[in-house]
Amino acid sequence: MSETAGAESIVGRGNREGARLFRQWFDGLGQAAEENRGGAYVFVMGSLGELLSTFDLPLVFPEINSLQTAVRHQAHDYLNEAEDVGYSPDICGYVKADVATQRRGGMLPMGRIPKPSIAVLTNACNTYIKWAEIWERMYKMPAYVLDIPASRQDGHPVNRHTPGFERDRKYVAAQLRELIAVLEQVTGKKFDVDRLRETMKHANTMSRGWKRVLELNQSRPSLFNALSDGTIYLGVCNGFRGHEAGAKYFDELVEEMEYKRANGIGTLVDEKHRLLFVGVPCYPIFRRFTELFSEHGGTFVNSTYLWFASGGTNLGFEYELADPLESLAEGLLTGVSDAMDSMFFQTNALVKMVDDFAVDGVVYHPVKSCRTTSTGQADSRRALMAARDVNSLFIESDMMDRRVVSEAQLKNRIDAFFEGLESRRNQAAAGIA
Amino acid sequence: MAYAAGVDVGSTQTKAVVIDEQGRIVGRALTMTGANVTRAAEEAFAIALADGDVREEEVEYVVGTGYGRYKVTFGNTQVTEISCHGRGAVHMFPNTRTVVDMGGQDTKAIRVSARGEIVDFCMNDKCAAGTGRFLGAASSALEIPLDQLGHTALRGERPVKISTTCTVFAESEVLSWLGKGKKIEDILLGVHQSIAGRSTGLAWRVGIEPEVTFTGGVAKNIAMIESLEKAMGMKVNVSDDSHYMGALGAALFALDHIFASRTPAATRGVTA
Repeated sequence: MSETAGAESIVGRGNREGARLFRQWFDGLGQAAEENRGGAYVFVMGSLGELLSTFDLPLVFPEINSLQTAVRHQAHDYLNEAEDVGYSPDICGYVKADVATQRRGGMLPMGRIPKPSIAVLTNACNTYIKWAEIWERMYKMPAYVLDIPASRQDGHPVNRHTPGFERDRKYVAAQLRELIAVLEQVTGKKFDVDRLRETMKHANTMSRGWKRVLELNQSRPSLFNALSDGTIYLGVCNGFRGHEAGAKYFDELVEEMEYKRANGIGTLVDEKHRLLFVGVPCYPIFRRFTELFSEHGGTFVNSTYLWFASGGTNLGFEYELADPLESLAEGLLTGVSDAMDSMFFQTNALVKMVDDFAVDGVVYHPVKSCRTTSTGQADSRRALMAARDVNSLFIESDMMDRRVVSEAQLKNRIDAFFEGLESRRNQAAAGIA
Repeated sequence: MAYAAGVDVGSTQTKAVVIDEQGRIVGRALTMTGANVTRAAEEAFAIALADGDVREEEVEYVVGTGYGRYKVTFGNTQVTEISCHGRGAVHMFPNTRTVVDMGGQDTKAIRVSARGEIVDFCMNDKCAAGTGRFLGAASSALEIPLDQLGHTALRGERPVKISTTCTVFAESEVLSWLGKGKKIEDILLGVHQSIAGRSTGLAWRVGIEPEVTFTGGVAKNIAMIESLEKAMGMKVNVSDDSHYMGALGAALFALDHIFASRTPAATRGVTA
């Protein structure tokens, strides 16, 4: 194979394969819906995909389904439908898009999803619990809520060697055993610990790969855009957690990033400003939002979204396969705790990212329909600016609702942000302190 | 003598300024923006040229700013009004470190360096509550000309507490106070204090560092100046040209380009 052909097959493979796997995942969901097989409704923070797939339950991520309606510019129809039946304009847009999806028999722009046989969730997000109660009322199916202790307590990095952590781990493991009994009842299948070991092995490969991919973006130029490309990687990270295809994907993604680094292939032709993104993306104008930054030579080298929306797997936590249930509990505890830290106790980690990734500017993006990820961003920004002499931008819009997304207002602020960055760069070049 | 110009196409009004090489304003213009943004910019520029007795060919560089900056088709480049207000304010008052700009549809708080560059900024989002537009609505509801609002408000002795500065609800808010028998001047003073309080809150988000310079069309309103000073607990700088501060900043950036083009590339310093 020539070098050019090699580059063509490797560079961009993560995006191409990610799109293909996403399509494959949705085809599978469509088939399950067609055959009237129920799915497991789960969330990105603590999905337990490793366990659920051993019961052959198709995984449905309502958060991902909802954001897809926004990316495909159809969210407003879904949001309006939910608001028409009484859901408030002020609540989570993901919930409302899902309510409308359920009212449409599971129909989404990408295809049809199965009804839930069970919902499995954690207390990571307050809304998860109320959301699952909607499905319970609609479908009379069980919703199993795992109580993850200390998820509102700063644990970054999680200290695994304390008596408190050991007690918490045992508490979560006991809940997992209870959940397994419920899953056996729902599916009529016996729990197979060897299958769990197999899925956990694949999850280990994925976590290891994800951590490495994130680290590799410290390269200059950066190898991928944490906002646009990163969201594709996240889709596989969640939808194929514990699958062989997911493990293969992340092995190849590491290979792609190593290749790009070795050959100096960046995500932008002219990378001028390395940025950090804090919050949830602006999905109603997803592509345009990234362009508003890339037009100025700005690229996102990392994001808290890649942290919490991967359920904390960015840490690269690997399961101990000899003791799968206890280790699964430890992974869940660690991952959820870390995901929550990315929202509530993010400052120290952001400071580290600014240093490690040579960040020029930090973009805070609070959104109207998710207060969990948005509350506290103003304080975090103030603390970060006190800790590091770095430019920051605070722009508000939404992850779902185009009614509160004004491109003209966003552009004005983003342009001013880059004027500040350019000015700082010119001063540095001219030797002005 | 070369001249530079700045054209600030705002949501309500368009301002243009022509400056000489010393950064002195020699011509200025203020027009309503209207629907044809490019024409508004052209008209304002033409009026500013006539006001300064400057011929168009004497203007070497033009910078467009404001929401309609990309419609300043005769301009050489664009700079946001956030940068321009910061630059203009520091030019007028060199010790400025915080700028509060109150315009027709938005209010900005900008923290600037000694050279007038943006350190941080914050603006109202998605909602024109607490901006000049609320004063316009109050003026309409009370049938008092906009330029007399401030003087009327200053006669107030017992300002009412305005709970919302939502522009859409402005008239009903004002009328409800009239219905309760409150004096017009007390209602207006309450309106000014409410907007000043909201703007001060915005400024605290970037950190208020003296000196504070108040810019934008609303800075002509004497009651707003007093209310802002009271809310911030300090005196604020206000220029007679506060309304033109964005256009002035744009013209100063244009002047930078003129000077930079005259300097050999190897020795060029900092430009916008």
